[in-house]
Amino acid sequence: MGHGVKSITLGESHQAGYEVRRFGTLARWIGIACVLLAAVFSFGGFLGGSAHHFFRSWLFAFVYIMTICMGSLFFIMIQHATKAGWSTSIRRVAEHVAFNLQWLWILFLPLLALVLSGYGGLVWHWMDPAHVDPIIEGKSGYLNIPFWIFRAVVFLTAFYVASRFFVGTSIAQDASGDPSLTMKMQKWVPAFIAVFGLSLTFAAFDWVMSIEAHWFSTMFGVYMLAMSFCGFFSTFCVIFFLLRRQNKLLNEVTVEHWQDMGKLLFGLGIVFHAYIGFSQYMLIWYANIPEETTYYLARVAGPWAPWMWFLVFGHFFIPFLLLLTKHTKRCVPVMTGIALWMLFAHAIDAYVLVMPMVPAEALAQADDWKDFAALARSGSLNDKLGYHPQIADVLLLIGFIGFLVSGICHSMSRAPLVAHRDPRISEALVFENM
Amino acid sequence: MSTLPDIIRPVTEGETVTEAPTVEDVGWGLMAEFETPAQIMEAAKLAKQQGFRWWDTHTPYPVHGLDKAMGIKPTILPLLVMGGGSTGFTVGFLLQWFTNATNFDFWALVPIRGYDFLISGKPLLSIPAWIPVMFELTILLSALGCVGGLLLLCGLPQLYHPTLRSTRFARATDDRFFLVIEAKDPKFHSEKTRSFLESLNPLSIEMLGD
Repeated sequence: MGHGVKSITLGESHQAGYEVRRFGTLARWIGIACVLLAAVFSFGGFLGGSAHHFFRSWLFAFVYIMTICMGSLFFIMIQHATKAGWSTSIRRVAEHVAFNLQWLWILFLPLLALVLSGYGGLVWHWMDPAHVDPIIEGKSGYLNIPFWIFRAVVFLTAFYVASRFFVGTSIAQDASGDPSLTMKMQKWVPAFIAVFGLSLTFAAFDWVMSIEAHWFSTMFGVYMLAMSFCGFFSTFCVIFFLLRRQNKLLNEVTVEHWQDMGKLLFGLGIVFHAYIGFSQYMLIWYANIPEETTYYLARVAGPWAPWMWFLVFGHFFIPFLLLLTKHTKRCVPVMTGIALWMLFAHAIDAYVLVMPMVPAEALAQADDWKDFAALARSGSLNDKLGYHPQIADVLLLIGFIGFLVSGICHSMSRAPLVAHRDPRISEALVFENM
Repeated sequence: MSTLPDIIRPVTEGETVTEAPTVEDVGWGLMAEFETPAQIMEAAKLAKQQGFRWWDTHTPYPVHGLDKAMGIKPTILPLLVMGGGSTGFTVGFLLQWFTNATNFDFWALVPIRGYDFLISGKPLLSIPAWIPVMFELTILLSALGCVGGLLLLCGLPQLYHPTLRSTRFARATDDRFFLVIEAKDPKFHSEKTRSFLESLNPLSIEMLGD
């Protein structure tokens, strides 16, 4: 980085928090209203809502915002691990997103309460004693409720501690300007990355993969990581677009940063995601072993098939071709449009991950794949396949996004939008790709 | 002996040898040496304003914005990579389709059949199994297109360059910045160009021989 040719000064206005508390409060109340409305629809049984479905939807919305927050934590950690200079001016916004991991556990409490009250089987069928068979019995050393709860507590604590450490240390540096805080984060980041990798992987196993407890995929944790990239980098772009509209960070975040966020969204959120998703599918499809194919049987035969095709084109091919060139990555409105689209595709991805169920009885009845596919296509299996999209799904998703927005606004009000006393901030200000 | 040109005629004893009159040697070009990236940036801007076409800058590391200051056109390399990638993608598909799943008659006389092996009960035309090959060929041809295109566009490999004769130029890989204007440039004039370079306050100006 040898220049000294360009000189950019840090905007004065960014040295204090950005007062968006009122907007955050509004988002929180919208969130609460949406969640209450979803509960009314589900427990009241209006518009085809069901209590059984409610907790699945809850888990879907939880996975949606959790992956976004996990992506931000991952981004922050990689910046410290690589001692990156270019990202210093955008890292704080990622920290505002990662802040949400400090309260995210609250949204997990209803699920924990469900499990503790003995109704865990509504979401994770292995928790229901009626569903236990020799395969689930064989996994009981890992899949048992006390250990599951213990792990959930460990994971949520790990997320909390990591978020607190990186966000807190970075904000503390705003006051002291002490470079040793940067050194401290760099020293500890490898350990946090290891904890993060294990927590995310096993959380994905516990909370999502164990919905279909007969099935397993060692790639599942990595798939969740790829989802995190997609969710976070899209959110990142949208936040910067909104800040730009408010004339914030005009000098600090340039089109050069946009191009790099575009590269990360392209490389990790779109290509890597497709790579992992396809690899998982192809290995299972090719081996064609009954205990492995169940997960995809539920998703490619019947009503879920169009959703999967949507992921192939909407989550991969179309954004892939759009983001291939640097011209789209350097065009803020286009990037924002793609980011919003990817947030939608991310929701579909999370929905197809959490919602479908494998109809064991139907599989047992069907002689072969063609039998099963015909049944699934006829629509008679829709209920058993878990296919009943309803208003509660959308309401909970909007509600949880409201909570996320509220958390981000709260964090932005407390601390500046730029880590302006980070020792590497000057590198980020003059950063150029070409 | 008489067929040899005068110049390689052996000198006979007692003959006075005089130096042949030389035409003005403008050499290959003029090279100016600068100390900082800011100077080279300024020099590049002015050289562009002068309307030179055959000129270049040499720096120890990429100086951001220099290509813009020089007015270099965007590279077509991405298009070559795209071409390589899509060729790989298509060829990967066609290769597998032709070898596995072709089944047609050429002019109703010549039957063309693929090797229709049944592999673990999969259809002969089974895209998921083919994607790894299509993917790898896409990557391979993109990469080859990128490296090959880069070499081609840069005119590499190039075993000799007139700047390499200069001893000062060795510091182009260390801490000095050079601007070179070639003599073949239509606007090149040995005196005027030299005085233009002098106006940029370089550390040194050197004439490079061909």
